[in-house]
Amino acid sequence: MIKFFLMVNKQGQTRLSKYYEHVDINKRTLLETEVIKSCLSRSNEQCSFIEYKDFKLIYRQYAALFIVVGVNDTENEMAIYEFIHNFVEVLDEYFSRVVS
Amino acid sequence: MVAPSLKLQDLIEEIRGAKTQAQEREVIQKECAHIRASFRDGDPVHRHRQLAKLLYVHMLGYPAHFGQMECLKLIASSRFTDKRVGYLGAMLLLDERHDAHLLITNSIKNDLSQGIQPVQGLALCTLSTMGSAEMCRDLAPEVEKLLLQPSPYVRKKAILTAVHMIRKVPELSSVFLPPCVHLLHERHHGILLGTITLITELCERSPAALRHFRKVVPQLVQILRTLVTTGYSTEHSISGVSDPFLQVGGHSSKTMTNTSPLSSTQVATNTDTSRNAGNAVLFETVLTIMDIRSAAGLRVLAVNILGRFLLNSDRNIRYVALTSLLRLVQSDHSAVQRHRPTVVDCLQETDASLSRRALELSLALVNSSNVRAMMQELQAFLESCPPDLRADCASGILLAAERFAPTKRWHIDTILHVLTTAGTHVRDDAVANLTQLIGGAQELHAYSVRRLYNALAEDISQQPLVQVAAWCIGEYGDLLLEGNCEEIEPLQVDEEEVLALLEKVLQSHMSLPATRGYALTALMKLSTRLQGDNNRIRQVVSIYRSCLDVELQQRAVEYDTLFRKYDHMRAAILEKMPLVERDGPQADEEAKESKAAAQLSEAAPAPTEPQASQLLDLLDLLDGASGDAQHPPPLDPSPGGALVYLLDLPCAPPPPAPIPDLKVFEREGVQLNLSFIRPPENPALLLITATATNSSEGDVTDFICQAAVPKSLQLQLQAPSGNTVPARGGLPITQLFRILNPNKAPLRLKLRLTYNHFHQSVQEIFEVNNLPVESWQ
Repeated sequence: MIKFFLMVNKQGQTRLSKYYEHVDINKRTLLETEVIKSCLSRSNEQCSFIEYKDFKLIYRQYAALFIVVGVNDTENEMAIYEFIHNFVEVLDEYFSRVVS
Repeated sequence: MVAPSLKLQDLIEEIRGAKTQAQEREVIQKECAHIRASFRDGDPVHRHRQLAKLLYVHMLGYPAHFGQMECLKLIASSRFTDKRVGYLGAMLLLDERHDAHLLITNSIKNDLSQGIQPVQGLALCTLSTMGSAEMCRDLAPEVEKLLLQPSPYVRKKAILTAVHMIRKVPELSSVFLPPCVHLLHERHHGILLGTITLITELCERSPAALRHFRKVVPQLVQILRTLVTTGYSTEHSISGVSDPFLQVGGHSSKTMTNTSPLSSTQVATNTDTSRNAGNAVLFETVLTIMDIRSAAGLRVLAVNILGRFLLNSDRNIRYVALTSLLRLVQSDHSAVQRHRPTVVDCLQETDASLSRRALELSLALVNSSNVRAMMQELQAFLESCPPDLRADCASGILLAAERFAPTKRWHIDTILHVLTTAGTHVRDDAVANLTQLIGGAQELHAYSVRRLYNALAEDISQQPLVQVAAWCIGEYGDLLLEGNCEEIEPLQVDEEEVLALLEKVLQSHMSLPATRGYALTALMKLSTRLQGDNNRIRQVVSIYRSCLDVELQQRAVEYDTLFRKYDHMRAAILEKMPLVERDGPQADEEAKESKAAAQLSEAAPAPTEPQASQLLDLLDLLDGASGDAQHPPPLDPSPGGALVYLLDLPCAPPPPAPIPDLKVFEREGVQLNLSFIRPPENPALLLITATATNSSEGDVTDFICQAAVPKSLQLQLQAPSGNTVPARGGLPITQLFRILNPNKAPLRLKLRLTYNHFHQSVQEIFEVNNLPVESWQ
């Protein structure tokens, strides 16, 4: 099950956050900073799946924007990876020039 | 006069134009004030615009709770633009914790029963996002009606709402169960996807639903098959793979119902793997096969698919493959073994998570046939791996070596190699394991001591290595100096060099106190093993008598005393250690010394020191405390009379069943008694104390007792307490025999006595009969 969906830019500012399970406001910011730190420190050759506490993080980078999805153990990581791309393509359809 | 309100786009431009955080906050605060004023005035025309701006501000993270009531008003209005913004606001701003949300229940109900699809869609979306339990219960019948509507747009939203409702209120599952079967017959993919999710959710919640849906499985299989075999459908394919999400969903719901999908094979063969979507589907197939109890053939198929993944150049896929193989390796070991070379290649990855997974999998794949090759690879990896993986790798290698070592020599080599490369990262008991291993492999003593000496000579910084090496050099120093060992090229090692190396270890600032202790004890042991004189060693020991470290000081003082007062005992005390039991207490230098101390006090040398009273006081103090006996302060000889008392000293634990004493000789009032002790910690050892007493009128002088035993036993005679027994029950002479009987051969003892009694020299030779059986069994 998807736990949360984040869009973060390279400077570490959250551009979109949606939580599907209730998380306190201050815990949210903490979670976001930690998640962003682990994603930003990865290089290009490393794989897109990270283990963080009891979630799995699947992230994908589009230019200066990172899309990070946190899932629990039962999900198929590759399917989520595709799903992120699907989401971006849908945005591109509706609002042009999302992905240049 | 109210200033004309900004349009949303203008507001966004303004906010973007702000250069700093503070400026942005200013702009937003100004605008919020406007919005609040406008809400108070109740301007219906621009309300939606204000709310839209408020929502944007909320997305940026600023507080926007004062817009909640406005949401309600907007939802209630009849214009679509208002409703749209109102529902959006409701989804973002309202949630279960605010009481306001119940107020929209009525509006949603009205909207749901209207005929206008977009409005219904909006309402359903909102309900599925933030519907609380009460709302769900109230609105369930409406949603159910909508499930059966002809329009797919509304139906799929209704299905998703149903999913949410079931999550919130599980009792509603009974409401939504019947329509599901119908819905599966639909052609529209959105509906199918939603239905599958609904079924999955239902099955997770209740086993009754599971049984119900088992009948439906052929239907699902049919869907999958059509998806796979039909061609390209522009509406629903993602890069050439027809609706991968539906396929994934189909698989996962089949998992719930526990069947064996033949379609898995079909999917596996037909799916195009050149794009990532295809890989996702294949992976889901693999997961399905793993989760349900499938036949062996399918499992092999799964492993093969994963093997193919491993060869893929995309890292994500390899990661996923390694993780799944780890799960499979327990059950399908042989199948996974075929992919071992690829797994080992993955060890070379630069990516940290990949190499960690590869390491775990490689360690799981080691078995007795491939252990040598795998060890080589793993050792090469150990040398180059990042520091956080080192500890895991080292302990993994050591464990695997322990389980699968083909020969002892190989085992020792491997551990040695691990210690030299990653010495600081090994676990604490590695040192103990290695010493125990070396002690047990008798034929390899020479070899191991040489290797360790070479390793130590190169590098004294790795503490576990230094400890083991020091211990070995101390124990087997004589083998080191002998110079001939077939398995390694001959190395001429000088006594001076060995001593110099140990001294270097002692003095180095890199050595831990424990290491220093090992080195000091090794030096002492060498004093008996080496041929040269011991001046150098004595010097070092006496230097450390004033060391600041208490542990070292204590040892140095004891060893120094050993040199000075008990030189004749030194050989006996410092001889080679017997093999240690694996699970028993660690018999390190301390235990050995405690035993030595016990023997020292038992074999009473010439009672020159008149400190008997002091010792007896000490014995009272030591009553019952076993640990203290390890370091009795300066080891004083005990008077002979207290011998029996000393044999009960706590440091030598009392034998479980004391063997009765034996009188072996009697002539004219001169008696010789033998008493037997079998220390429990060393079953091969027998201690016999011979006591000569004199009850006659004449003194017995120049008393000498000699003993002989069969060849299979080893005998050692300690110095007697004296050679004169005064008349009329004077002080008896005691002498200790130490007999080592590892083969438990029957004990036979021949004694020869010579003494002067009544001005005659007496010589007696006899064999001791009726020795108690417990003495040698």
